[in-house]
Amino acid sequence: MRPLTEEETKIFFEKLAKYIGRNIVHLIDRPDEPYCFRLQRDRVFYVSEAIMKRATSVGRDNLLTLGVCFGKFTKTLKFKLHITALEYLAQYAKYKVWVKPNGEMPFLYGNHILKAHLGRITEDTPEHQGVIIYSMADVALGFGVTARSTQDCRKLDPTTITVFHQADVGEYLRDEEHVV
Amino acid sequence: MGNRGRQANSKQRDPAPLNDATIARITGVPVGGNKDAKPKGKRQLARDNKKAKIDAANGKNGGRHQQPNGNGKAAARKVEASSDAEEEEEEEGDEDNVDELAPPMKKAKAANGAAAASKSTKEQKAAKGKAPAFVKADEKMVEDEEGSSDSDGWVDADDVDSEDADMWDAAELDSDDNDGMLDDEFDDLAEDSGAESEAGKAMKMEFGSDSEDGEEGDEMEVERQARELDEQAEEDAQMAEEEMQTNIAQRERFTLPSGQEVDREAQLTEDVSLVQTRIQEIMRVLNNFTELREPERSRSEYVEQLIKDLANYYGYNEYLLEKLFHLFPAAEAIEFFEANEVPRPIVIRTNTLKTRRRDLAQALINRGVNLEAVGKWSKVGLQIFDSSVPIGATPEYLAGHYMLQAASSFLPVMSLAPQEHERILDMCAAPGGKTTYIAALLKNTGCLFANDANKDRLKALIANCHRLGVKNTVVSHHDGREFPHVIGGFDRVLLDAPCSGTGVISKDPSVKINKSDEDFRLLTHIQKELILAAIDSVDANSKTGGYIVYSTCSVTVEENEEVVEYALKKRPNVKLVSSGLDFGREGFTRYRGKAFHPTMSHSRRYYPHTQNMDGFYVAKLKKTSNKFPGKAAEPAAGTPDHATAAMPAGAGEKAKAKQTKVQAAGETQDLGFDEAEDETYIKQAEFKRLKSKGILLHPRTPEAVAKKPTTKPVLSAAEREAQMIAEKQQKRSESKAAKKAALKRLKGGEEIEVDVGDAADTSAKPHAAASSSGAAAARMPKGKAATQTSQGKRSPASGAPANGKRKRGGVNRPFYIVSGK
Repeated sequence: MRPLTEEETKIFFEKLAKYIGRNIVHLIDRPDEPYCFRLQRDRVFYVSEAIMKRATSVGRDNLLTLGVCFGKFTKTLKFKLHITALEYLAQYAKYKVWVKPNGEMPFLYGNHILKAHLGRITEDTPEHQGVIIYSMADVALGFGVTARSTQDCRKLDPTTITVFHQADVGEYLRDEEHVV
Repeated sequence: MGNRGRQANSKQRDPAPLNDATIARITGVPVGGNKDAKPKGKRQLARDNKKAKIDAANGKNGGRHQQPNGNGKAAARKVEASSDAEEEEEEEGDEDNVDELAPPMKKAKAANGAAAASKSTKEQKAAKGKAPAFVKADEKMVEDEEGSSDSDGWVDADDVDSEDADMWDAAELDSDDNDGMLDDEFDDLAEDSGAESEAGKAMKMEFGSDSEDGEEGDEMEVERQARELDEQAEEDAQMAEEEMQTNIAQRERFTLPSGQEVDREAQLTEDVSLVQTRIQEIMRVLNNFTELREPERSRSEYVEQLIKDLANYYGYNEYLLEKLFHLFPAAEAIEFFEANEVPRPIVIRTNTLKTRRRDLAQALINRGVNLEAVGKWSKVGLQIFDSSVPIGATPEYLAGHYMLQAASSFLPVMSLAPQEHERILDMCAAPGGKTTYIAALLKNTGCLFANDANKDRLKALIANCHRLGVKNTVVSHHDGREFPHVIGGFDRVLLDAPCSGTGVISKDPSVKINKSDEDFRLLTHIQKELILAAIDSVDANSKTGGYIVYSTCSVTVEENEEVVEYALKKRPNVKLVSSGLDFGREGFTRYRGKAFHPTMSHSRRYYPHTQNMDGFYVAKLKKTSNKFPGKAAEPAAGTPDHATAAMPAGAGEKAKAKQTKVQAAGETQDLGFDEAEDETYIKQAEFKRLKSKGILLHPRTPEAVAKKPTTKPVLSAAEREAQMIAEKQQKRSESKAAKKAALKRLKGGEEIEVDVGDAADTSAKPHAAASSSGAAAARMPKGKAATQTSQGKRSPASGAPANGKRKRGGVNRPFYIVSGK
């Protein structure tokens, strides 16, 4: 377990900023307890400092997870956000997309969101923007990247893709091995 | 035989004369009947064979009891209407036991038996003259046989009765006592009272019609047919009765199969219904053992047979079944086994970190799930009755609003009752149901360590933790026994130990056959080690905690009470406390000769057949002190500086640290360090430390300058002296010889280098005081070259080898004597 290097931090924050913008500050400067990011086996974990200190007593080969896993660095140092980060992303998200009930299940199976399934979308969402996807009951389902801006979405026919799928909660069942 | 019957059918037979049997039947006097010159039908032969069999059975049992005819028959009538299935079973049983019955006969009998029972109930009700549709070919034939020869049929009926009388008398085995039993039995067994009374009526009708002997010719065709059908029914009923009677006779004297029979049965695949019957019979016997037993068989033999049969019936291996059988009284044991065949209801636990039970229930009901709160004992559990959507794949599940968890798994966490901001350890955490429940109770505060030894299952644990939004968890992959070496000082520890799984047989039936004695020994060993590790990982001085909860999903005593008892013995600083669960059966304080601590009743046992949840065991322990009187060098777990981990033994650097600790421990008198024993190790450590600096310490006489320090025990000065003298003398003599040889060689021209240690010889006398030896040594020449031959006055120092070899390059290292010891 080690703190992130400068470069890694930069890459990581850039990726995060695509979804939560400047709210990253809230992740670090929390009012209740200081939290930190740590790297363990190419995975980035977000954990309170007190717990992190305790976890140092577990050996490097034996420590698997601490706190919340945000994602992992690939071999070529690209950062991939995992669905496990959803809670924090959803908390601080700027752009949101709501999916109709008929569109929930296709999304949870890993498909992209079509115009027919789109329920609501925040105003002035630009194209290729990271968004969090909610069900109509305001339950976070995953996140993705918009294919079209909000204005363009209005003019589309029902079968066009509006949001590209990046991660969804269904991966806990489909892809359990790789989630963590 | 069948041919004969058919052929006989076509002939017109003369009516048989009145014989003794008929008379006997009419008058009710038992007589040994004589079946004379009459071609036997299938049925007749069947009956004869049956009689022979019964005689054989009687012979086995001594056939000592006689009974007045009427009584038995009346009782028998009552029984006639007992369940068809049983009757058939009995028939099957009989037939299996007696091999001489030819298969066709068996079938006929079976068919007749079935038909008889059904006929007796149905045909009485059916309109007269209406033939039941299900009559089989055989029966039809037999019926024709009976029906076509009117008078013969009539006579046959008489004969049947008389023969019944014979068979009945012959079959009578019971004493008057059992008569009473019989009646009680039949009251219990009689299921169809309607048929019963009708059967009785049928009998009466038969008797009534006897008086009409010789009137056949005057009847109308229809009446005749009707009568024949009735007779047929009567005969079938009679047959059934007889069979019932014989079976009851056997039943009342249920005999355990002998060793040979058991072996034979073991080789053949036994009929399941037979096994079931035997189980029920043995249970009956055991319930009223004094009356129903066979005198020469002991109770344990019955129980043994019962265990074999239960193992056969339910599919367990005998070892496991015996173990489980002895946990309960016999009837309850069968309930337990029955309950293991049926799955327990599905239960889910609301994740209070993300939602409320009310809201979740509403959402699931909207999806089409039929559910209900699991009970008053839990505020987060929901029981699922049925569902149109897969419960493990709803969007709510994926969002982490609930977790699929067995009801029994709630219990250890409820017992543990973690408080916020505590440090909790879950030693065997995968797949994470209990861990996430603990995290929910902690409300994501404090610190939760989840550990498991199985890497694959850890993936599921991690996934569940993330899915349910648990933020304060550290997941590690250690063998649980490594705690507290890894980290200790927890407020509470939950140990859900790996077990044999005898409580979750309904989930995993393979447990029935793959558990052996070896498995149990291995498992209990691991469990005992784990519970000690769990106890040592807790900080007894924690303000809010100091609790350990031990739980297993097993019902055996070896894995539950015995393990807790072991922990209580090995760690006097823990005690059992109330588990906090207000339902469930108390743990055993005594079991089959083993006695446990009386507080064992605080632990709780759960069973599938009583609480309708998986078999489970929960025990809560409280640690009262971090130290316990025991062996020395036991690491004091939970002391504030536990981070220094275990103390290494005897390392030079730490010797001083140990000294201080020894002093500290000496004050508390709890740890019990052994001062004398430690002394040697401390000295050795000190010597090594100084040696590494280049300081050689010699506590003994100067002669021992180059002597290697050994780990000899510390001797007193006098002892040392004596030892030294002896050694010196020995070596003196050795080296003298060597020196002489060397001298000779020298004269021959060789140069030999001998160690300077010889110079020590000058002060030959042993010095009493160590200090004087030190002083003498100081006088020795320093740094002299080794090429100094001795003139053989004194033997070289005992350290110098007598044969003149160099020692460490032959140079004597300079040494500085620190104040002698």
